[in-house]
Amino acid sequence: MSLIIEVNHLSKKFGDTLAVNDLSFTVNQGDIYGFLGQNGAGKSTTIRMLLTLIHPTAGNIKLFGKDLSANRSAILQQVGAVIEKPDLYKYLSAYDNLSIFAKMSGTKVTRHLLMQQLHMVGLEDRAKDTVRTFSQGMKQRLGIAVALVHNPALIILDEPTNGLDPQGIADIRNLILRLSREMGKTVLISSHLLSEIELIATRMIILHKGKKMVEGNVATLLDPAHTLIEIETLDNAAAKQLLLESEWAAFVQPNNQLQLMMDKIKVPRLINFLVSGGVQLLSVNSSHSLENYFLSLTTQSGNVDAFAN
Amino acid sequence: MWTLLQIELFKISKRPRTYIAFAAVAAIVFIFQFAFKADGQSYMDLMLQSVKDTFTFDRVQAINGYFMCYIILNTLLIQVPILIALIAADSISGEANMGTLRLLISKPISRTQLILVKFAAATIFTIFLLLWMAITALFMSLLIFGTGDMLVFRSKGDESQILLITKDDIMWRYLAAFAYATVALTVIAALSLLLSIFAENSIGPIIATVCIVIVCTIISNINVPIIDKNVKPFLFTSYLVGWKGFFYIGTDADGKTIRGSLENWPAIRKSLLILIAHIFILVMAAVVVFKKKDILS
Amino acid sequence: MIRLKKIATLVVLILISFACVQAQDVNALIAKVKFNIDKVNDYEATARMITNVSFLKVPDADVKVYFKKPNQLKIKNEKGISFVPKGAVSINLNNILSGGKYTAIDAGTDKIGNTTVRIVKLLPEDDNADVVLSTVYIDEAALVIRRAKTTTRTNGSYQLEMNYGKYSAFGLPDKIVFTFDTKDYKLPKGVTFDFDDGTQNNRSAADKAKSKNGKAEITFSSYVVNKGVAEDVFK
Repeated sequence: MSLIIEVNHLSKKFGDTLAVNDLSFTVNQGDIYGFLGQNGAGKSTTIRMLLTLIHPTAGNIKLFGKDLSANRSAILQQVGAVIEKPDLYKYLSAYDNLSIFAKMSGTKVTRHLLMQQLHMVGLEDRAKDTVRTFSQGMKQRLGIAVALVHNPALIILDEPTNGLDPQGIADIRNLILRLSREMGKTVLISSHLLSEIELIATRMIILHKGKKMVEGNVATLLDPAHTLIEIETLDNAAAKQLLLESEWAAFVQPNNQLQLMMDKIKVPRLINFLVSGGVQLLSVNSSHSLENYFLSLTTQSGNVDAFAN
Repeated sequence: MWTLLQIELFKISKRPRTYIAFAAVAAIVFIFQFAFKADGQSYMDLMLQSVKDTFTFDRVQAINGYFMCYIILNTLLIQVPILIALIAADSISGEANMGTLRLLISKPISRTQLILVKFAAATIFTIFLLLWMAITALFMSLLIFGTGDMLVFRSKGDESQILLITKDDIMWRYLAAFAYATVALTVIAALSLLLSIFAENSIGPIIATVCIVIVCTIISNINVPIIDKNVKPFLFTSYLVGWKGFFYIGTDADGKTIRGSLENWPAIRKSLLILIAHIFILVMAAVVVFKKKDILS
Repeated sequence: MIRLKKIATLVVLILISFACVQAQDVNALIAKVKFNIDKVNDYEATARMITNVSFLKVPDADVKVYFKKPNQLKIKNEKGISFVPKGAVSINLNNILSGGKYTAIDAGTDKIGNTTVRIVKLLPEDDNADVVLSTVYIDEAALVIRRAKTTTRTNGSYQLEMNYGKYSAFGLPDKIVFTFDTKDYKLPKGVTFDFDDGTQNNRSAADKAKSKNGKAEITFSSYVVNKGVAEDVFK
C-alpha cells in the first residue's frame, strides 16, 4: 500500500506561538483519515500546510511520494479540497464557479462533466443560479463538487459537514464512503463531529496543542480491549486509592475522574473487587466511543478547553 | 496563463463594481459635454481673460471635440486612479474577504502566476477604462462638437502659454497620450495590487491607494525648492500628468509651431521609463510579499 | 532798426506761407494716396499670416482677408483657428486716413530701404479719439503708404510696415508687418495641473521686454478687388 501523505517533523510558528509542533504522520492510499483535535490543536494549520497555503517553519511534507514544495503544481493537480467554509464567488452561478475551478485545476471542462458533478451533489437544477442565493448546505455541496471536479486522487475535507442538517451530514458521509470504497480515493477529513468520523474513518490522528497524541487504525484504537470504564461511587477518591493499590492500577486513567481503560470482559471482576473492598457503587458505564476516547486523551493534562462548536 | 487570465477577466466582467467605473466616467464626461455645449464660451473667456483686448479669434471653432477631450482628461485623469483602485485593490483582498483565496492557492497555479495574472487583469481593466474614456471623451465629443484646431492653455514655470495644434496633427497625440495614461494608471493598479495583499477586505487598500495618490499629488504640486529637487523626482504622481507632454508642441526659434513635433520628448521618455520602473518594482514587490505570505483567511 | 523789423516780419511771413504751402502739399499728397485707396470698394484676399507673440505658439496660417468700404475688415482662417491681433483689424489704413478729421504736419523725409519717403504726422482733431497720433511714411513716387505708426490711448502703439507689388495701383500691399503692444498671457490660477518636464524658461530680461511686442506678418498671394463681398462675412 503506497503512502499518499507523509508528514515529517512538521512545525509552524506564528510569532511566539507554536501552532504545530514536530508533527509526523502518514496517510495510506484508500484511507479515510480522520483528523481530530480541539479548536487550536493545529488541524487547520496542518491542512493549510498540506495545501501550500501556509509555509512550514520546519519539517517536510511529501504527497504521492514527492516533496510538496518542489513539485507543488504537479501534486496539487491530484488534490481536491474544501477548506473550512466552502466560500465561492457569490456573484457567479454554481456552473460558472465549478467551471472556473475545474479549469484552474487543469481539467478539460465539458458541459457534461460539470452537469454530472452538479448532479452528484444535487444541484443540477440550480446550475444557473448565483451562489449568493444558496443555503449553507447547498454551498457546502457545491464546495465538494468543486473539490472533486478534477477527479483528484487525494481529497482533503476540513469540516465538510459544517452547517449541514442531519440529512446533509448523512449525504456527505455516504459520498465520502463511495469515494473511498468505489473510486479508491484517499480522503483526509477533519471534523468536530466525532461520531461521524467514527462511522467512516479507517485511520485517524488526534492532535493536541500542535502535537500528535495518537495515530492509528480506528479499529485498533477503539478496540473493546481498550474500553473506557467510568465508575461512580459514594467516595470516588477512596475507590481510586483502592484501585491504585491493586492489580487494577495499570488500567486507571491519570485524570480527575474515576476511569479505567481496559478490556470490557473484565468488568464483572472489577465490580466484584470494588464491592468486596467495601466501595459503595452508584454506576458503572462502559464506552469505547471515539468521543470518550478523544476526551480521555485530551483532558489527561487537566485540559478543559471548550470543544469545537 | 492565458486560461487564468481569461478566468480573471471573466470574474471582473461579472462583478457589478466593475461597471461603476465605466458609469462614473460616462457621467463625468456627459456633464462636461453638457456644460460646454450650454456655456463653453464662459470657460473660453475665463481662460483668455488677460488677452481678450489684444486678440480676436473664432471662439465657436475653438470649442471643438479635441479641445473638449483635453479639458475632460485634464480633470478626469486626476479622479481615475480611484476607479482603478476600486478594481485593482480588490484583486487579492477581495478574494481573501470572499474566502476564495485559499481555494485559489490550493490549485496547481503558482503564486507568482496568480499575482501576474491579477496584475495583467488590472492592466487590461485600465486599458478598457481608457478606451472607454477615448470613446466618450474624444470620439463622442468629436461627434457633438466637431473637429478643429486645438488650443492648449499651459502654465510653464512662471509664464503661461497658448499653444495651437492644427487638427491634422492631433489624433496621434491623443493615441500617444492615452498610451501614456495607460502606463501612468498601471502604476496605480500595481500599487493597489501590492496593498491588496496586506488586507482581507478591499476597503483598506482602496482607501490606502487613494490616500497615497492624494498625498503624493499634493507634494508633487508644492513649489518648494528642496522638495522640487529631493522629493518630486521620486514620486510617481509627478509623472501622472506627463500625457500632456504630447500636446506641448515643439516650436522653432520664432515661436512657430512645428507640425508633428514635441517640445520635450526626452522628458516624456524619461517620465515613461520612471513610471515603468515603478510598475516593475511594485509588481515584483507584490510577487515577493505574496509568495511569503501565509494564507490565513 | 525799422528795417530790421521789416526783414524779420518778412522772414516770419515767408516761413508761415512756406509752412502753409508745405501743409497744402502733404494734404494733397494724402489726398492722392487716398484716391488710390478709394478705388477699392471691397476686396477678398488670400494670404498667409505669421504670428510672432511670445506666449502664443501657433503655426503659420492660411487666411482670407475681406474688406469692404468704409472700414470693414475681417481676417479669417477658414481651415482652423487663428489669433488675429485686434489692432490689425481696427487700425488699418482706411481707419487712419478716412474721415479726414485730422491735421497733417509734414515731418520731413526719410528712407525705407532705397525708397525716399515723406513723413507725415496726423493729429486727430477730436481730443477724445482713441488714436493720439499717427505717423505715416508715404512713398511719393508710388503714392502708397510704406509705414504707419499709431499711438492709442488704451492699447499702446501699433506699427504697420507695407511692401507693395502688383496691386500698388490700388494701394494694396503684398505684405504687411503689423507690430503691436501686448500684455503677458496669464492663465487663471488653479485651472490646470501641468506637466513639469524640467525645462526652464531661460529668457533674459531683454527677451522678456521684447515679449511686450507682438508681430503679425501677412503676406498676400492674391486679391479679388471690387467683385463684391457679402455682408455676413464681417459678422
